[in-house]
Amino acid sequence: MIEAVGLTKRYGDKTAVYNLSFQVRPGAVTGFLGPNGSGKSTTMRMILGLDNPTSGRVTIGGYPYRKLPNAPRQVGALIDAKAVHGGRSARNHLLSLAQLSGIPARRVDEVLGVVGLQDVARKRSRGFSLGMGQRLGIAAALLGDPQVLLFDEPVNGLDPEGILWVRNLMKALAAEGRTVFVSSHLMSEMALTADHLIVIGRGQLLADMSVRDFISANSAGFARVRTPDTEPHLREKLSLALTEAGGQVLPEQDGALRVTGLALPRISDLAHEAGVRLWELSPHQASLEEAYMRMTQGVVDYRSTADQKAGLQQPLPPGAQPPVPVPGQGQPGWYAPPPPQHAGAHPYGGPGAAPQPYAQPVPQGQAAPAQPPAGAPAPAVPAAAPAASAPSSVSPAPVTDPTKSEDAR
Amino acid sequence: MIELEGLTKRYGEKVAVNNLTFAVRPGIITGFLGPNGAGKSTTMRMVLGLDRPTAGDVRIDGKHYDELKDPLKYIGALLDAKAVHGGRSAYHHLLCLAQANGIPAKRVHEVLDVVGLTAVAKKKAKGFSLGMGQRLGIAAALLGDPRILMFDEPVNGLDPEGIHWIRNLMKALAAQGRTVFVSSHLMSEMALTADHLVVIGQGRLLADTSMADFIAQNSRSYVRVRTPQREQLLDVLHEAGITVAGSGSEVLEVEGDKSERIGELAAQHRIVLHELSPQQASLEEAFMRLTAESVEYHAHGGQPAGQQGAQQEWGAEWRRG
Amino acid sequence: MAMAQVVRSEWTKIRSVASTVWTLSLAVVVTIALGMLISALSKSEYDNMSAQDRLSFDPTFTSFAGTSLGQLAMIVFGVLVVANEYSTGMIRTSLAAVPQRGAFLFGKIAVATLLALVVGMATSFAAFFLGQAMLGDLKASLGDPGVLRAVFGGGLYMTLIAMFSMGVAAMLRSPMLSLGILMPFFFLISSILGAVDATQKVGRFLPDQAGSKIMQVVPPVGDDTPYGPWGGLGIMVLWVVAALIGGYVVLKRRDA
Repeated sequence: MIEAVGLTKRYGDKTAVYNLSFQVRPGAVTGFLGPNGSGKSTTMRMILGLDNPTSGRVTIGGYPYRKLPNAPRQVGALIDAKAVHGGRSARNHLLSLAQLSGIPARRVDEVLGVVGLQDVARKRSRGFSLGMGQRLGIAAALLGDPQVLLFDEPVNGLDPEGILWVRNLMKALAAEGRTVFVSSHLMSEMALTADHLIVIGRGQLLADMSVRDFISANSAGFARVRTPDTEPHLREKLSLALTEAGGQVLPEQDGALRVTGLALPRISDLAHEAGVRLWELSPHQASLEEAYMRMTQGVVDYRSTADQKAGLQQPLPPGAQPPVPVPGQGQPGWYAPPPPQHAGAHPYGGPGAAPQPYAQPVPQGQAAPAQPPAGAPAPAVPAAAPAASAPSSVSPAPVTDPTKSEDAR
Repeated sequence: MIELEGLTKRYGEKVAVNNLTFAVRPGIITGFLGPNGAGKSTTMRMVLGLDRPTAGDVRIDGKHYDELKDPLKYIGALLDAKAVHGGRSAYHHLLCLAQANGIPAKRVHEVLDVVGLTAVAKKKAKGFSLGMGQRLGIAAALLGDPRILMFDEPVNGLDPEGIHWIRNLMKALAAQGRTVFVSSHLMSEMALTADHLVVIGQGRLLADTSMADFIAQNSRSYVRVRTPQREQLLDVLHEAGITVAGSGSEVLEVEGDKSERIGELAAQHRIVLHELSPQQASLEEAFMRLTAESVEYHAHGGQPAGQQGAQQEWGAEWRRG
Repeated sequence: MAMAQVVRSEWTKIRSVASTVWTLSLAVVVTIALGMLISALSKSEYDNMSAQDRLSFDPTFTSFAGTSLGQLAMIVFGVLVVANEYSTGMIRTSLAAVPQRGAFLFGKIAVATLLALVVGMATSFAAFFLGQAMLGDLKASLGDPGVLRAVFGGGLYMTLIAMFSMGVAAMLRSPMLSLGILMPFFFLISSILGAVDATQKVGRFLPDQAGSKIMQVVPPVGDDTPYGPWGGLGIMVLWVVAALIGGYVVLKRRDA
């Protein structure tokens, strides 16, 4: 059990973490989410006693980390895979850690086996790939067989097999009743791994709830309905009936309908009444990413220019074809024809020539009227989903220097 | 268009890439998958002429990489976010690349803006976080406004907002008719991004197919049906010769991709359905199935439950002692 | 690939890193300051010198005494210009932008050489004039026979040292390894070989000993060096050419 009470950290007049209170409970995988610079790493470092809180406290099993009796056997952490002396072999690295806390050497070989590094145990870690370094870091975290485990971006650099393995490892550790606290930027991965979420933005708590609650609180699910492809009029008919019954209906790319605001059995009944056969009627939950994006809107420290994105993320208007490449044309930037006087030699020649699709601040002719400007970029996002209530605690947070993102510290 | 023909790379005894033949087509995003050590990075380096193939050939729009005049205008690549001199500012890094390919300095400001690094353009790259380094690498790839883009693990180190951004950037680039070739280990991310997949294992081509076909070929698909008239539906399906794999109190699972059939049958027999959803395995599952034999670093047995058992046993032992 | 583009690009590279500024300014400061110090000391010691020493006293060469240390900064400059591409991983980005490896390497070397030449010449003339100012009435003047050649040669020597380092760095592809070999080579081995009579004959064909002959105006008594000032510089040029060819072959052959 990790418990933070009023945890605050200031660096000079910059507040990295402000008044955080949360509990990480045993027996579950708790995800720790937040944009870059939100204070995740600082919080992790304070949990491990590497940084001192300016005020408040954080304890593990009731003790601050530094007062924890035999801490390496209670807490294991993967913070930075590169915190290894590159000239030392994997085995010697772990052995030195084991000897520090009185763990027998036999355990070193065990954890090397667990993470799959037994064959390279005697090689210098300098030659390790990012993924191998990550495995070594995980081995170090597991070394003392601790009850509390912290992982910062554990799947970084791992291949699909390694990602699956880490995911199952974390679940297994939690199932054994251990406390597992994981930070990650990979929402799709978190959705598969975590049971509970703690979300922070600009150093403040935004959410502390189960994954399921988080998704349903921050986005809307929908139903996907498909009618026989051969009879388009049935689709129109159903669409009309659903709209009349108070549902919102949007067409999907493959001809299916995306329905919000009506339960599945109700859709089924309405279809029945209208005499429309259904080829598909499936419930869809919004993704964790979507829910997360809605919640953290406005607390992202560091984003790509908004108007660029508006241009870039605009899906093609329905029915529009992507431009077809002109076969055999060897000129770079064929889609952005240079002005005639430059004859292809210089696509950036004249002022205002060569429209560059991703360079124009406001690309003309790309704004599909059916799409809202920035809220619903990808086609997979339900455009009609209600906007999440922005957390009220966001505005007073200090603006942080983008060069000092948490990774850089 | 990137074309590989019989591409092979040996390092001494070890064959890193073995007789790879495939083409990466424009207008779509092609995902490049494979376990660690499968030869993905080596292949990408050979595309860029950084490594010399032992045998075979790779061409970009029909030409070898070193035959391209101002190559950054043809193909932009993000291979390694750390391929940057840390003592140089983001702006100067991009400027020297631009000058080498006759790209005006104005374009440097544009790409810095696109990736959102304008505010830190004058800062030295060594102070950048992994995510910022990644954005700088993406800026370099976009610099020549190329028709072909190649990204190796582009979301590495990016935060959720950045991941969302790069995914949509790649989609937009493909929609403009460009060739987008992207490698990644994140299957869930790939599933959202790629249209087409090239999968290699131990240097050999395992699959070159569309995303939908790949999943269909390498995993089990079934239809989940929920109905208040379970018995009736079971009878109807039985009569039609459709076997039901699993069934709970209200849920039936039917093997295969038969949701249309079931929908028609239910309508015919006036059976109410509360759910009729075709289920497909994830890309990850399909990938695991395909590459099961060609993984280089196996975690012990691949069975975390077993490992944990052993671990606990051991832990108990030294706790006693 | 237009060579002009590569040169512009390399100029941007070289001027946008701090190491260029500090290595070159260190070379300037050390060469001049040490030359002035030795010149001043020589002047005060002159009265105590033996007749033979007085006869072979070379005011021009004395003012270049700082070169022995200043060249080390030039070596660091040459090594870092090339080897930092490898140590930072920038080489992959660079070669993706300029796949013609010969154009890339020689564009880079041309830019760095030109910069070294300008700095080297300025340093050489400054070291000469300031050194002579320290020597008072012992001083040589630029119009004396052989002096202009020596001062001009001093600038060339600094430049060639930097070029040689670039070639070695291109072969070894690592700044630590290159410096680890070049530093002792120029600072220790050369003088050790020169100290013993048997090895001296070999030692004087090393690039620094052969090259530094150009800075001498008055040869030491009993000098039996089989080459003259320009001959010595020629030997050094051969070393440089060999190193650059070696570097080019390595870059051409090996995977980046």
